[in-house]
Amino acid sequence: MEIANVVEKCAGVVQEVTIGATKEEGGTRRKTVTIGGANSLPFMDFDGNPGHKPAIAIDVYDIPPEDWPEPLLKHYEDVVNNPANWAKRCAEEYGADLICLKLDGIHPDRGNKSADETVSTVKSILEAVDIPLIIWGCENNERDNEILPKVSEATKGEKCLIGGATQENYKTITAVCLADGHNLITQAPVDINIGKQINILVTDLGFPTDRIVMFQTTGALGYGIEYCYSIHERGRIAGLSGDRQMATPVICDVGHESWRAKESKASDSEAPQWGSFADRGIMWEAITAVTLIQSGVDIIRMYHPEAVSIVKEHIEKLT
Amino acid sequence: MITIAERINGMFLDVKKAIKEKNASIIHELAKRQTEAGATYLDINVGTAAADQHDAMRWLVETTQEAVKTPIAIDSQKLDVVKAGLEVVKNEVMINSSQGEPEDLDIYIPLAKEHNAALICLTMNKDGVPQDVDTRVEIAATIVGKVMEHGMDMDKVFIDPIILPVNVDQKQPGYMLEVFSQIKLLSDPQPHITVGLSNFSQGTKEKSLLNKTMLIMAVAAGLDTALMDVLDTDLMDAGICAEMVLNKQIYSDSFLKAARS
Repeated sequence: MEIANVVEKCAGVVQEVTIGATKEEGGTRRKTVTIGGANSLPFMDFDGNPGHKPAIAIDVYDIPPEDWPEPLLKHYEDVVNNPANWAKRCAEEYGADLICLKLDGIHPDRGNKSADETVSTVKSILEAVDIPLIIWGCENNERDNEILPKVSEATKGEKCLIGGATQENYKTITAVCLADGHNLITQAPVDINIGKQINILVTDLGFPTDRIVMFQTTGALGYGIEYCYSIHERGRIAGLSGDRQMATPVICDVGHESWRAKESKASDSEAPQWGSFADRGIMWEAITAVTLIQSGVDIIRMYHPEAVSIVKEHIEKLT
Repeated sequence: MITIAERINGMFLDVKKAIKEKNASIIHELAKRQTEAGATYLDINVGTAAADQHDAMRWLVETTQEAVKTPIAIDSQKLDVVKAGLEVVKNEVMINSSQGEPEDLDIYIPLAKEHNAALICLTMNKDGVPQDVDTRVEIAATIVGKVMEHGMDMDKVFIDPIILPVNVDQKQPGYMLEVFSQIKLLSDPQPHITVGLSNFSQGTKEKSLLNKTMLIMAVAAGLDTALMDVLDTDLMDAGICAEMVLNKQIYSDSFLKAARS
């Protein structure tokens, strides 16, 4: 008897997006990172092509973090005042595929750093590492619209991934990324309808879909991960079913969301029944990441080097 | 939804004239306007206008391709006219249509496979168009069986249970809805279900409203494609809304536009 073929074929393909540009391509990176390309659900290689493996971006801040617990901070303590050295460590020792520079310091309440200062930070990172760069604003519209165009211009040709364009504030950042050849993060507040809408808005401005990466505000384990998972999953299924506006790769923010959970922050004396403080945050971050990669994410922003290596090993096992 | 745009048809006077005078600009404009309106396929039917239907089909296909890259549905009941269109087609292609007799399917399915074409199959046999639910579903089952026997991809098969004008027999629309859901129920994997929607309102007043109403009800019963007037914006919007309501498309504030892109 013939065995029925139960392969689930998909009509759509997730766009491939390449971040970073080598010297030949007009940038200065030694290597680039390509994500997307899936025409099956994550890791379902028997159904089709699951596309490129999820990439890990490690976060670097332009100001020292204020509230990091000791098990995390100890890996960065000597570099938090020097983003270039911080990035170098992430790239050379902690296995980052990309650096995600979060510009918290430009926020009016957190340093109000100038455009010049920010551009010089970005340039110092590009000199310190040879992997591609994600640049994320402070989510204050006024400051983002002032600083990100300068940063975009100063990094022209590097094909960075810059974010984020929101439904309320997308025109400036979309225009500068388009002009300077960067990729763009479109951002929605855990809302699939807005996620789709912002992609329509930026493509209406002429932004190509093969340079868009979607971001739905991430929920960590215990803090809305189910909601976040189901939105990623629904978006990916729609994209694979032929909805072109949803067929773009997805980035998630696991490090920040996991390490602000009280389970990662409470010391042994505060929560003796929760297991070792030294391991808890790492596990919180790793579990959040390995859960979300099943929902269809292409870049995972992370913090802790041990969590990064657990997640990388897990991805290798699944591919 | 998958829309097959109906306007390049020799039954329309402007197209009839264009064929006769080899006036390419009329066809170019129709091809572009229908594509911009969101057509998935452009149906091409020479109608009864041309003395040489083969030549007219070749000319219409080539002329359409000059203007757009939109997939083309070659529409004729005559096999050799279909073949004339296939000779010159470069865009993605659909054959419209085969009847549901096994001997017809044995010719058309291999032909579609050879050209990597989609295929519309009518639930119609040597006795003509069935007037009841059961015979239509039976012929649909024959079609699905033949498609599987020939190893054709079910996603390229469109079953058309043939909709009749509402003023001919008012029991028919209800039968159609029943046929749609039964075909969906009986087949796995499922073929597409299509109709020639404008036929439903033929000879009536309120054509657009009737088409819209039937389209929405049909989509709810399982229809996912139609040969229709894509230039009727309200009709297209109604189809898109119906699919959105059924959660076949993710809502966004610009969902009408997104569905056409």
